[in-house]
Amino acid sequence: MGINPLPQGPLFNGLENKTQDELLHLVHDEISHKGFLLTNVDKVVGWAQGGSLWPLTFGLACCAVEMMHTAASRYDLDRFGVVFRPSPRQADLLIVAGTLTNKMAEPLRLLYDQMADPKWVISMGSCANGGGYYHYSYSVVRGCDRIIPVDIYVPGCPPTAEALLYGILRLQDKIKHQRVYER
Amino acid sequence: MEFCACRIRLNTNGFMSVDMVSLKSYLEDRLKGKLLSTSHINNELNLVVSPLHLLDVLAFLRDDSACQFVQLMDVCGVDWAGRSVRFEVVYHLLSIYKNHRIRVKVPVEEDQPIPSSVNLFKAAGWWEREVWDMYGIPFSGHPDLRRILTDYNFEGFPLRKDFPLTGHYEVRYDKEQGRVVREDVNLQQAYRTFDFEMPWEGTHTVIKDGGNNG
Repeated sequence: MGINPLPQGPLFNGLENKTQDELLHLVHDEISHKGFLLTNVDKVVGWAQGGSLWPLTFGLACCAVEMMHTAASRYDLDRFGVVFRPSPRQADLLIVAGTLTNKMAEPLRLLYDQMADPKWVISMGSCANGGGYYHYSYSVVRGCDRIIPVDIYVPGCPPTAEALLYGILRLQDKIKHQRVYER
Repeated sequence: MEFCACRIRLNTNGFMSVDMVSLKSYLEDRLKGKLLSTSHINNELNLVVSPLHLLDVLAFLRDDSACQFVQLMDVCGVDWAGRSVRFEVVYHLLSIYKNHRIRVKVPVEEDQPIPSSVNLFKAAGWWEREVWDMYGIPFSGHPDLRRILTDYNFEGFPLRKDFPLTGHYEVRYDKEQGRVVREDVNLQQAYRTFDFEMPWEGTHTVIKDGGNNG
């Protein structure tokens, strides 16, 4: 049975002559003492989560058409592991694509709450970002971030399919570099 | 006009088409005493009717063999804020047999009910709900006169001219209460009035030499 050579460095001083059992005991003591162990597992998790974003099919207005273009064959979101899901229980990304009205605010929050953690939100288009054209309207929420926390804002009216794709790629970058989840 | 589906009868010279003129005089004859006025503008036929005779006129337009306006395309309201009779309800009808369209206008005071036309046209149900929602014009005899578009527990009628543009409340998610709450409107930025005047308007360009050496 082959054993990998021990890593070198100041952290590992004094470990050269330990047997495998003694090393495992040390690791066990470290975990029970401090409660955690730092490795590179978050990189793997970030890679996996960023590579399989499943957005909720949530179109509110004309931005939804542009969202469909992004998913269709020309830009083909499937390439990035982005597959639209019809249920918030199965989704980990919410793309707010369109005008969020006062009447829709509560259902939006409900859908967001029904999604399992970890979850992310892309605000797509001027209306979702800050009310946009309808900023002074009596029936429109002045930005969907008044209702749910937003990770990425995609500007445009509506944003092109490329713009949304760029937003999704930036979100993937964000997920890959995210170490701590705080909600 | 050339591309209009009913171009056969449209007169591109701007004169009244014969069909419309005859239909107008026919309606004036048959509906004598029930029409406040009729007009024929831009090849569109308009009837103005009092709420009292509305159902009679609509039923005639639907059932008469020379009219056959069997489709109700639209019911909408208008707020004529300056007029003595403030509101107007407008009906658009289409005759798919005769390829005619007609407009029926009903002037109505505030809070004066209009007889519902649901029994004549089933499509009127939601249109009338929308007119009620937006203008607060009540329709008597409507089976289910609720708001249709605006938020639950909405107050006021947003398309009236005296309704403030930004409304009376805005919504926000409150973390402590764990729900979406309503608050008074608090605009971070005042309403922008855009100035569409041309930047070079009002300035006078001096033409040199009378343009002879150009």
